[in-house]
Amino acid sequence: MGKITFDAEDRWNAFVTLCRKAEHGDGPLAGVPVAVKDNISTAGIQTTCGSAILKDYVPPYDAYVVERLKAAGAAIVGKTNMDEFGMGTTTESSAFGPTTNPVDPTRVPGGSSGGSAAAVAAGMVDMALGTDTGGSIRCPAAFCGIVGLKPTYGRTSRYGLIAYANSLEGIGPMGRTVEDVSRLFAVIAGHDPRDATSLDRPYNHTPSAEIRGMRIGVPLEFFGEGVDPAVGKTVRAAIERFTDLGAEVVECSMPSMKYALAAYYVTCTSEASSNLARFDGVRYGPANDIIPSWHESYQEHRKTHFGKEVRRRIMLGTFALSAGYYGKYYAKAQAARQNVRDDFARLFADVDVVAGPTMPTTAFRLGEKTDPLSMYLADILTVPANLAGVPAISVPCGTVDGLPVGLQLIGRHCEEERIIDAAYAFEGVRA
Amino acid sequence: MSDTTDVIIGLEIHCQLNTKTKLFCGCSTDYKNDGPNTHVCPVCLGLPGAMPMINRKAVEYGLKVARALNLEIPEEGEFSRKNYFYPDLPKGYQITMYDRPLAVKGYLEIEADDGTDKKVEITRIHLEEDPGKLVHVGGTARAHYTLVDYNRSGIPLIEIVTEPDLRSPKEARRFLTKLRATLEYLGVFDGEREGALRVDANISIRGSERVEIKNITSYKGVEKALTFEITRQKGMIRRGGKVVRETRHFQEARGITTSARSKETETDYRYFPEPDLCPLRVRDWAKEVVLPELPDARRDRFMAQYGISLNHARTLTGDLRLAEFYEALAAKTDPVLAATWTADTLLGELNYRDMPVTKVPLDHFADLVTLAGKDVITDRVAVDVLRTLLDAVMKGETPEMPGDYVRTQNLGKGDADAFAVVIDEVIAENEQAVADFRTGKNVALNFLVGQVMKKTRGKADPKEITPLIAARIAPEGGK
Ligand SMILES: [Zn+2]
Repeated sequence: MGKITFDAEDRWNAFVTLCRKAEHGDGPLAGVPVAVKDNISTAGIQTTCGSAILKDYVPPYDAYVVERLKAAGAAIVGKTNMDEFGMGTTTESSAFGPTTNPVDPTRVPGGSSGGSAAAVAAGMVDMALGTDTGGSIRCPAAFCGIVGLKPTYGRTSRYGLIAYANSLEGIGPMGRTVEDVSRLFAVIAGHDPRDATSLDRPYNHTPSAEIRGMRIGVPLEFFGEGVDPAVGKTVRAAIERFTDLGAEVVECSMPSMKYALAAYYVTCTSEASSNLARFDGVRYGPANDIIPSWHESYQEHRKTHFGKEVRRRIMLGTFALSAGYYGKYYAKAQAARQNVRDDFARLFADVDVVAGPTMPTTAFRLGEKTDPLSMYLADILTVPANLAGVPAISVPCGTVDGLPVGLQLIGRHCEEERIIDAAYAFEGVRA
Repeated sequence: MSDTTDVIIGLEIHCQLNTKTKLFCGCSTDYKNDGPNTHVCPVCLGLPGAMPMINRKAVEYGLKVARALNLEIPEEGEFSRKNYFYPDLPKGYQITMYDRPLAVKGYLEIEADDGTDKKVEITRIHLEEDPGKLVHVGGTARAHYTLVDYNRSGIPLIEIVTEPDLRSPKEARRFLTKLRATLEYLGVFDGEREGALRVDANISIRGSERVEIKNITSYKGVEKALTFEITRQKGMIRRGGKVVRETRHFQEARGITTSARSKETETDYRYFPEPDLCPLRVRDWAKEVVLPELPDARRDRFMAQYGISLNHARTLTGDLRLAEFYEALAAKTDPVLAATWTADTLLGELNYRDMPVTKVPLDHFADLVTLAGKDVITDRVAVDVLRTLLDAVMKGETPEMPGDYVRTQNLGKGDADAFAVVIDEVIAENEQAVADFRTGKNVALNFLVGQVMKKTRGKADPKEITPLIAARIAPEGGK
């Protein structure tokens, strides 16, 4: 038991809330400062989801992963900035201002867990929790040059995670090294009866660089249109290193990629439109002036306090679920999703790990992505793992023009151990 | 056209299941005596990040209902979200079942208006959560603000939807009574609980548009609302008007329905599968469910075991508490007499007092039935003793055992000879009646019997004293 003083200077706006004096207990993470993304409920600490609508919302309970952190002795030193409700790839849509990339402050840190990535990359903390719905851990990990793991769907409990897209998202560890990520994952993985989708698959693996005989598949589609050639080249070179480690690298194909992005956006906006309905002004957010009818008051509240991107996605999702369109959009998206699952199942019958770039480009300039569609396209390489619920890790593999590039390793369902070993082995030879 | 066959009624019934905890969290459902918002947690308050956890008991209860109402149970059932905004709905959606309900296509057998047995088809049943409750401070019309009580939020409801098979308000009432009995026999429902039952009724006159009456909260209300609607709709058709398709509200106090005046656009609830819950493997689950004896089976058993009539058996099994009371009574006294006294006398007295059968002291009532059966007291005295008994219970007093009461009050049926003096008195006091009888007016005899009964405070048995009086005043040389 003890108390630490957290006095790191936050020049990147990585945190929405800082806990300068943080208590901690005993355990494997005793006294280790850990940053927690601001969509994960922390009892007694404001939890905003990067949104004005939740400003001053203080949850009365801890998320499962926060309970686990506390039980492991970690010191929660703050809540990190994020795209509003996780809806973004840049952390610019936060109501609390954008976070900047510690590698280059004119660049975005990626998103939506940009605050967590920046806090780690800047050395403010060794590890942080992020959440990944369509790449929200892996993208900022890649952009900021750190390690980020999106676990198998259900291997970490979502209880207390403020939902954006329930069927896609999960909480995962971010850190400077694969070892740190593995350590943090061991603390937060495990079964929680309060999350009906939670799996009883605890994790207590020690990373090993011994990967001889591992088969690594490289889908052509991961190097297709929209992927910056320089990024592609860096990642290809990185993948070649696995041959030196005794692994076998084979080319493969993932035709379902064609519809993955559409399936992803229909699913996540649909779920979001429902999840965010509760923010109606009756309970959360600043009180409205008296407005005669309750539905007008709802409209006014949601119009005023939700950001533009959130409103856009709520409208998209509302449309996709509406009568007459459900079959055309939501139902179709689920079919496309099944294709992605089938594709992975087919690939994983032959290879142990699927490898490719995490992001098609390096970090964008602040303000660069003004048109939502071009931002959505940046998620093309990360969403397949979410659609299929399989684990994926991003590990730094070099730079292009001084900006970090991430290598993405995707594994079989509940085989985090294997992609962690592969990432750990790569880390050893990266130099 | 007959007056009943052209009426078409279908019901949607919402019943609160009486599980100990709510549908998706561990909060207790027993909030009746507690203040607002005392039985709540992150889940039923819909706090951000909280997730539903299925109450297996509620599913089991639902499957019991499915089996008891002869429904087909699919391999899997699945919860969906019904999205709409309302201040009593903390998540902005209700977790319910949509295209994959718990069970489909069943029936409940009731007595039709013509006395025959009739199968009312059940379309589907499903589980869903109750929303919170709005409290308009100072009344709906003038309230400056509204408070929300989430104690009710997350209470498990079962929704039972019938086909439009009912043909009169009375049939609808009988269906609901039978349904309630069935649910109570299953031990999944407590009909006495306030707000435990809510009914939406669809009603049309054949060939005309259908009207939906929303949120009727009592059995009597259903019958009243439907009766009102039939009169209203038939009147409208008779005057050459057209019934418009609409939703109406039942004004319980005034006994009328009024138009909800909503534009009849279908609300788009944007249903989609609840991603935080897994589908339920209900078919296999239902096989493990054990059903207790249900009303019809108990009715047949009562007839066979106790030798009582169909009518008595039906009445006595129509309510779980009554059936249990009767069985306990039948173990203590003659079952046939017990049935007669319970069904024909006790029920009426209880209705009159609005008193539940569970309050009747069993030993006392058994004693009374035995006294009546042994001819110790007359039926009339027995009824009087019963009334005294029930009144005492209502007042919270401990009643005397009927046997003791009859003794101390000297209410026992006297020996016929002992009434001779009284008979003589009555004859002497009523010369006119005696004379009338002698001229052939038989009603005069009834009058004299009545006078004797009055003087003996009912102790005399009319069957015994009538021939005695007749013999005493018969014309000379009469038969
Ligand atoms: Zn609760």
